[in-house]
Amino acid sequence: MGIQTWTFIIVGLTFALYIGIAIWSRASSTKEFYVADGGVSPLANGLATAADWMSAASFLGMAGIIAFSGYDGSVYLMGWTGGYVLLALLLAPYLRKFGKFTVPDFIGDRYYSNVARTVAVVAALFVSFTYVAGQMRGVGVVFSRFLDVEVNTGVYIGMAVVLFYAFLGGMKGITYTQVAQYCVLIFAFMVPAIFISIMATGNPVPQLGMGSAGSDGVYLLDKLDGLMTDLGFTAYTDGTKSTTDIFFITAALMLGTAGLPHVIIRFFTVPKVKDARKSAGYALLFIAILYTTAPAIAVFARTNLMETVQDTPYKEIPDWFTKWEDTGLIAWTDKNGDGKIQYLPGSAIEGKKPMFSEARGAVGQRLISNSSATRNELYVDRDITVLANPEIAGLPNWIIALVAAGGLAAALSTAAGLLLVISTSISHDLIKKQFAPNISDKKELLIARVSSLFAVVVAGYFGINPPGFVASVVALAFGLAASSFFPAIVMGIFSKRMNREGAITGMIAGLAITSYYIARFKLGWIGNPETSTEADWWLGISPEGFGTVGMLMNFTISLVVSRFTAPPPAEVQQIVENIRIPSGAGDAVNH
Amino acid sequence: MDSIQRKKYWRENLKYLALLLIIWFLVSYGFGILLVDELNTIRLGGFKLGFWFAQQGSIYVFVILIFVYVKLMNKLDKKYGVNE
Repeated sequence: MGIQTWTFIIVGLTFALYIGIAIWSRASSTKEFYVADGGVSPLANGLATAADWMSAASFLGMAGIIAFSGYDGSVYLMGWTGGYVLLALLLAPYLRKFGKFTVPDFIGDRYYSNVARTVAVVAALFVSFTYVAGQMRGVGVVFSRFLDVEVNTGVYIGMAVVLFYAFLGGMKGITYTQVAQYCVLIFAFMVPAIFISIMATGNPVPQLGMGSAGSDGVYLLDKLDGLMTDLGFTAYTDGTKSTTDIFFITAALMLGTAGLPHVIIRFFTVPKVKDARKSAGYALLFIAILYTTAPAIAVFARTNLMETVQDTPYKEIPDWFTKWEDTGLIAWTDKNGDGKIQYLPGSAIEGKKPMFSEARGAVGQRLISNSSATRNELYVDRDITVLANPEIAGLPNWIIALVAAGGLAAALSTAAGLLLVISTSISHDLIKKQFAPNISDKKELLIARVSSLFAVVVAGYFGINPPGFVASVVALAFGLAASSFFPAIVMGIFSKRMNREGAITGMIAGLAITSYYIARFKLGWIGNPETSTEADWWLGISPEGFGTVGMLMNFTISLVVSRFTAPPPAEVQQIVENIRIPSGAGDAVNH
Repeated sequence: MDSIQRKKYWRENLKYLALLLIIWFLVSYGFGILLVDELNTIRLGGFKLGFWFAQQGSIYVFVILIFVYVKLMNKLDKKYGVNE
């Protein structure tokens, strides 16, 4: 059977599974809708958290980013896993003990202030919308690549599926679908990785294969470093970013991970405090399986690419090369006219994407109109690292179809988790808490469902018309979460003296300075472009790492302001005493 | 649980956190970033050690840290009778 048929079958089966789970796990109360009735086992929550966490970007993009940035890619590996240690040790158990439904619930109650709650809601909405738009886009892209439909049609199909289980089941439906989605995505990621590792080194464990020797007896990493330095690239294991920048980006990603609302709320769904701790451990274990395999895939793919293409005549290139050239993810422009591929440092093209003309060149290559002045002749889209893996390894068609289903599972599970945060923020934090505190549970549930419909429509709209800031999701979502939620929650637990005034000024200052920095140096929305270049970065910190500075600013200002204003009232100090002791979490208390 | 017991429980908890977070910092920011060049002179099979910590080792240690924390806290909860 062809790839296309297999893809229809496997994607169809997985979608039927997700919808079946949604019907089975319908929610009948707000508690089921918001926190799955607090009855999810730590293991199931760990699986769901891992699927929630790993997005289309982790599944399709990360190995590619590492393959093309070498050591510099470590910021994502450490940043997106180390945050779970902070989450497990500093946040999850205490928030579970607190036992409400949302992050703004905690901020609003702990800081006895509706202003604080509102700041938290606005930040949660902004972070989640930025993040979800990229996911919907990801669904569309996977559909268009594997099933030959328009990107927009793919977005509509994705919207319909997510809406179905988010609308019916809320957190309960999402949780159990995410468990299934984790199984699909990890299987789809690992099978090709294991085969590639065997091919490259004979070792079936990719994490070990990465440090093994190939058939020529040379260690793979040494060979890759050699290949790269010979051609004038920086060695793979060295990287080009400054130590300061690596430090700050890693920290911003870790602190942001620990502060992302869609991750935090997953820990409200387990029965007890000790379950919250344990499920954070499971979550990181399941995430680590993919995150330690990705750098191995990166090494295999980069080595394979360098060895296959370097000085190879185009006529003798393997099939996968020309196939991906046809889809526009690879482009070759024969600058010196020798009919051979030269892959050297620098971009082969002007701008971000190759612009193909209809014509073919002397040896049959697709011609592009935006070749650059460098000597490098090869353009490779990073996403190809994971997408092309099964073909390079010569795996059967059903495995290629599985990768499509895995990419969709990763994108859909993350989108669903984010949509839940958005709908909960609207129905619970805004409508119930601010405007209509006396509505019945049934009515709130109805509003929650309507909000999820609204959230899906807005996310789909952003997926089809991506706003410019979506591409900066890493800087924005993580930077803002790191500079607002993380300090406010940690101080709310670990400092009894922290008060309303301190927390609000801290969050606003953190958000303001981080937004300003990103708007100026990443998006170019404000400030003089002449003085907003890389050379003007403060202390050499890139916008992606600036969330760390925002976080430090938040902490400092909160601590100073709180010392000069009245301490929190006795009953709030009692709340803090109470969340520090694990016993008695029982049921999540409902208002 | 009286307030003295609560304080003691909390203090022991903080001690564990400090210890675990020092290790957390050391394996990632220490071995993977600040000391990476020094460690890269040491080899672990086909890996340079600093690079291994940055792309593999730190993640393994993170997972272990959380499970150690779970164990320590379960014991602490039992000791103070606040387990469920």
